[in-house]
Amino acid sequence: MSSITAEPASHGHAGAHDAHGHGAHGEHAHDPTLAHHFESHAQQFDSAKLGMWLFLATEVLFFGGLFVAYAVLRNRFPEVFSYASHYLDTTMGGVNTAVLIVSSLTMALAVRFAQVGKKGAMLLCLWLTLAGAAGFMVIKYFEYEHKIHAHLVWGTTFYVPPEGHTGAEESKALAAAPEPSAAGVTVADPTAPALPVLAALPAVDAPAIKPAARAPAGLATTHEMARAEGIKEHVSREQTEHQEKLHLEDRKLPPNTHLFFAVYYAMTGLHGVHVVVGGFMLAWLIWRGMRGDFGPKYYTPVDVGGLYWHIVDLVWIFLFPLFYLIH
Amino acid sequence: MSHATHAQGTHAAHAGHGGHDGHGAHGEGHPLVGHLVPAGTLVATALALLVLTAITVAVRYVDVGEFNIHIAIGIAVIKATLVALFFMHLRWDRPFNMLMFVACILFVVLMMAFCVMDTRQYANLQFVGNPPAVENVLKEKAPGAPVAKFTPYTP
Repeated sequence: MSSITAEPASHGHAGAHDAHGHGAHGEHAHDPTLAHHFESHAQQFDSAKLGMWLFLATEVLFFGGLFVAYAVLRNRFPEVFSYASHYLDTTMGGVNTAVLIVSSLTMALAVRFAQVGKKGAMLLCLWLTLAGAAGFMVIKYFEYEHKIHAHLVWGTTFYVPPEGHTGAEESKALAAAPEPSAAGVTVADPTAPALPVLAALPAVDAPAIKPAARAPAGLATTHEMARAEGIKEHVSREQTEHQEKLHLEDRKLPPNTHLFFAVYYAMTGLHGVHVVVGGFMLAWLIWRGMRGDFGPKYYTPVDVGGLYWHIVDLVWIFLFPLFYLIH
Repeated sequence: MSHATHAQGTHAAHAGHGGHDGHGAHGEGHPLVGHLVPAGTLVATALALLVLTAITVAVRYVDVGEFNIHIAIGIAVIKATLVALFFMHLRWDRPFNMLMFVACILFVVLMMAFCVMDTRQYANLQFVGNPPAVENVLKEKAPGAPVAKFTPYTP
């Protein structure tokens, strides 16, 4: 700020600065990289950075609202956060953290190579940064895809058994049958006490047990009865295939766990949008860099683009421990 | 201004060449605008960030009670400071940029502090158990799911 207000004033004084300033102004009338309303490249650069930092301040406030939501929910439901955090893949999150840190390094190096006029090295670093952005989104896609498939999502869908888990759903309904020993059912073998009871009933009585067991419609038909006997085997086979159990079957699942995933998708989703925007920005920088627009005198887009990319990294630095690393 | 003035002189000398071939002659020690951070500093910053990431992952598996969150956030703040100071050039930048950045973070923290105080005062009176919509879905789609059994909140 000081230079912006101080420099026009210096024109009023007779001094060494005055001569420099006027000389520079005259030459720059023909320089395409210096806008007419700026005194010098340094002033132009400082103005652009001031504007970029103002934008980054609004970005901090943009994410800030979501961080406040996170703080409120985590304070209200601490058990939900320490429970649900274990559904996130720490390896994928950690690799993504490293990807963003390394891409931040290549971005900072790209700025440096632009400053010293090494066009090829600058372009290589920008390409590497773009590869980091793409790699981050690919890993994020696999994380999202897996969770959405398992209905580890926000809202009431969280409580709907996902497709491919119909067998598990039926076994759960059977486990909920009015059987005193049902409370002692283990997650590994939820069908054990209920199945013998059901199998002992004649097929004609089957509809009568439906309301009590609250089973899905059609479970208690003769055909489905035969199928129910295979549930136990089906469930165990499915569990070995997926190497995991359905969250709805976990007796430690606290109420309102879906709120964790609501704030998880909101924050990582907004961050992911920023990574995608950053990717387009990097592609634009590469295009302009290949055109030869940047050099020691004018590399402002690379520098302020770098600032944007670093703040995307900076947000993830907080998201990673807040979601993935809850003890 | 001395950098900038020097730059104009260089530009004038190379004006006849056209294009960008004049840049190499400028030398690494004197960028025309902004501050040139040594490559070694940038690499060292990245290495420090990676080491701190490894530490914060390792700390997850150590149970120190409520201090887990404080350690995790403390390491994140250190990492964020490294990124801002070195990658984002704030260490050499105009102080006003740092002032804007730090001020808006402080205001977010202020809002967060008041919202959390509010939550701790009476939010547990407002939300009890599962919301009605969740209970309806549980009844229809997943009867007998353990989540249906509500456990009261104890602060």
